[in-house]
Amino acid sequence: MATVRLSFSPAPVHVRTARLVGVAVARRAGVREDLLDEVRLAIGEACTRAVALHRQYGVAEPVLVEMSDSGAYSVRVVDRAPIEASIGLAALDADQLANESLNEDDLTTGVGFALLAGFVEDLQVRPVDEGVGTEVRMVWPVNH
Amino acid sequence: MELSLATRTVGEHTVLEVGGEVDVYTAPRLRERLLELIDAGARHVVVDLGRVDFLDSTGLGVLVGALKRLRTADGTFALVCDKEPLLKIFRITALDQVFPLYPTVEAATGANQ
Repeated sequence: MATVRLSFSPAPVHVRTARLVGVAVARRAGVREDLLDEVRLAIGEACTRAVALHRQYGVAEPVLVEMSDSGAYSVRVVDRAPIEASIGLAALDADQLANESLNEDDLTTGVGFALLAGFVEDLQVRPVDEGVGTEVRMVWPVNH
Repeated sequence: MELSLATRTVGEHTVLEVGGEVDVYTAPRLRERLLELIDAGARHVVVDLGRVDFLDSTGLGVLVGALKRLRTADGTFALVCDKEPLLKIFRITALDQVFPLYPTVEAATGANQ
């Protein structure tokens, strides 16, 4: 059962709001203080990815962020973009990153995934159970 | 915190001091400023991230874009960063192997002379 649900229209300006809410709920849930920067970054990356996909595919539906603190702190970020576009964790090495032919959007996507994978130990990216879209699910331990 | 941008000159270097949050919303302003500087003739650019308290993949993409643009123009591009949380971001993304990273502006501007 989610304790906090936030849905926002797919605009960059709202990503900061999602980060702030996500960190506030994490703190209240008992996530360690030294992990909060990583929580903030990871939620931001997941929301940025969702907003980019909605804009790329002209999807006006809101992005959903669901935060739950039952047992652990789990966050789901759900987009409604076509699935074939959004699954796949592309890790880029230094040579690829510096390559002139790599455009900024692809670089940003690759770097975003690297940050998610690097900062979130318990990370899943999978199709949503119903309808079109994917969800990024992230879990952090909490102190009780 | 809002994005802040301030430019100063140190020798042949143009130093862009960035503060606040660099994210998907504010990164376009950073891109615009860097392009303005390069279009105006800056060829040795140092971006000081000392007052940045949030940096995401969009901001990193803008910085890589500036690096590539300057490299094509026979220029140099360096970053100043001594905050561990930001340095960790560069390590995780392997961008620490792409950017020249310096702990101080003095080190960054001295290194290219």
